Amino acid sequence: MTDSIQPIIMPKWGLAMTEGLLASWSVVEGVTINAGDEICEIETTKLANMFESPVSGLLRRCVATEGEDLPVGALLAVVAASDVSDVDVDAYVARFQEDFVPEEADDTGPEPESVTVDGLRLVYLKQGEGDGIPIILLHGFGADMNGWLFNQGDLSEVAPTFALDLPGHGKSAKQVGDGSLMWMAGVVEKFMSAMSLPTVHLVGHSMGAGIALQIAADQPQAVKSLTLIAGAALGDEVNIEFLEGYVAAKRQKHMKPVLQQLVYDKDLISPDMMEEVFKFKRIDGVIDGLNTLIQTNFVGGTQQGSLRDALSALSIPVTIIWGREDQIIPVSHTDGLPASVKIEIIEHSGHVPQMEHASRVNEIITATIASAA
Amino acid sequence: MSKKSYRQAINEAIAQEMRRDENVLVWGEDNAGGTGGDGEQDAWGGVLGVTKGLLPEFGPNRVLDTPISESAFIGAAAGAAATGLRPVAELMFVDFMGVCFDQIFNQAAKFRYMFGGKAVTPMVIRTMYGAGFRAASQHSQALYSVFTHVPGLKVVVPSSPYEAKGLMTQAIRDDDPVIFFENKVMYDDEEEVPDDPYAIPFGEARLTREGDDVTIVAIGRMVGIANQAADELEKAGISATVVDPRTTSPLDVDTIIECVEDTGRLVVVDESHPRCSVASDISSIVAQHAFKALKGPIQMVTAPHTPVPFAPELEDAYVPNPAKIVDAVKVAMA
Repeated sequence: MTDSIQPIIMPKWGLAMTEGLLASWSVVEGVTINAGDEICEIETTKLANMFESPVSGLLRRCVATEGEDLPVGALLAVVAASDVSDVDVDAYVARFQEDFVPEEADDTGPEPESVTVDGLRLVYLKQGEGDGIPIILLHGFGADMNGWLFNQGDLSEVAPTFALDLPGHGKSAKQVGDGSLMWMAGVVEKFMSAMSLPTVHLVGHSMGAGIALQIAADQPQAVKSLTLIAGAALGDEVNIEFLEGYVAAKRQKHMKPVLQQLVYDKDLISPDMMEEVFKFKRIDGVIDGLNTLIQTNFVGGTQQGSLRDALSALSIPVTIIWGREDQIIPVSHTDGLPASVKIEIIEHSGHVPQMEHASRVNEIITATIASAA
Repeated sequence: MSKKSYRQAINEAIAQEMRRDENVLVWGEDNAGGTGGDGEQDAWGGVLGVTKGLLPEFGPNRVLDTPISESAFIGAAAGAAATGLRPVAELMFVDFMGVCFDQIFNQAAKFRYMFGGKAVTPMVIRTMYGAGFRAASQHSQALYSVFTHVPGLKVVVPSSPYEAKGLMTQAIRDDDPVIFFENKVMYDDEEEVPDDPYAIPFGEARLTREGDDVTIVAIGRMVGIANQAADELEKAGISATVVDPRTTSPLDVDTIIECVEDTGRLVVVDESHPRCSVASDISSIVAQHAFKALKGPIQMVTAPHTPVPFAPELEDAYVPNPAKIVDAVKVAMA
């Protein structure tokens, strides 16, 4: 009967994660859970987040106890149908624990790579193989490839994925040209040709969504589908206090309320997350780059240049995802879009639904890509 | 980004600044390594290898060995800085600094002031400090308090590899004389350090954790020890803020006061002697400016007022450790 027993294991959120702390269970043994249900809260050295069940079924055992530190891949819980005996469930748990070997600390899986286009070093993380049309993930202002840590693993089962550090961000070169979406799109287009990716699916978040839309407008034949999450360039308003606060804040005390505007659940902003932001901002050239991006695209809290017309001209599948409680770019920017555009509003989510409701967002992206086939 | 040691982090900061600015030069005893020897070059890179690899990349005109004459080559650094170069001079052990106090205290530290603000002195003196290396009392002192006392000097005591790289970058770019204290037992400590150049501003403290019950201010290597103590305290239900001032001059007084106002208690951890020290300085500033916020007596955890002993058992007992910090916190909370 063990075929019908399914393990739920400690996830790997990002390359650096080797273990996680099970902070609390939000479900109890004996309940039926669905894939995507939040079942527990997990804390890593970098972040705390609700873990969404990858499987559906009757929760038979919560193996991990609250407060326990466990390596990636360790058994958290067991799901099995009600006709599986307790003896079989216990035997499964015992065997899993006996066979379990944590991954070596230095075996961190895929490593970021880099390519130089037009003298700009671009760093990317490739995950997934196969001959499917590749997926490129474009992060937002001030973020980097790690913004996709809850998404890239799932999406790489569909097709090869490339999470890119945009110019001025992450480990890529810190020059941002004139800071325009058009300039950024041009760099990503050169990245695509340097990597021999003639056709792609694009997934963009916030500023990255604006860039994705610009690429689709520039090269409609190259882009097979478009998923835009809380995208820029679809309306006027943008939260300039957030953008300027992000650049200005130097202490956690000041950064916390700034970053909390990103999320619905304000507890998601951890001290380590803020330290990562400070470390990023200290790199030579970063502040200049961020200021250029603000000046060019968001000056005075008004987005410069709408790409709504470009959206209407597209004949590929386009899905727009937005968090209902977005405090950075209002959800009202989904109003009045062409009927061909599929709109998905995520409840209980701020500006980063791909982190706050990763399973749901991954499903939507996967469906959008499938509809292009 | 990759894991780098404290030694590699400092080396990388110097190398990146030398690439960025041809006026940056390095000199000190065995910094090139091999001058006057049998022909082997880059043999040492300073006594503990921090500058190794700079000579092959930048050549003998920018990486120089000096005679064992600290007063001469520290004085040369002050003069070179005043006339347009950016020297990074290594004075092996801070314990030897006494022979060039005039060059530092009376010359380098005074140029900007005495020339009416028209002169700048962008020099860095790198030096090793700290006990625990079994190097006895003439090679183990933590003398940053002495330099903190003198206006015109900036004093940096980095607490980790990440901090060391960013603070060294800032030290080289800074237009004032900087005394950069490297703890010799930390050279092999490792952590993630970005490959790109970055600078950490002076006078801006870092909070390694934020708590409600007590503020622990710790200097240099003591930051890591204070965090170990804070882990212990957390198990006992006491939550601590740990402040790493990064630089003792300038000192981020505002952050220290704010933290004490939040927690109501202060423990200062400093591995130098307790009299006229950074620990006593911070304690007095808090007593003067945040007295009403204090709910208990300020505590200092320091080395005793004795030379650093050579007997290993005594040397180990000499340096502050987590248990001593936990005890001090309990006194502050009593």
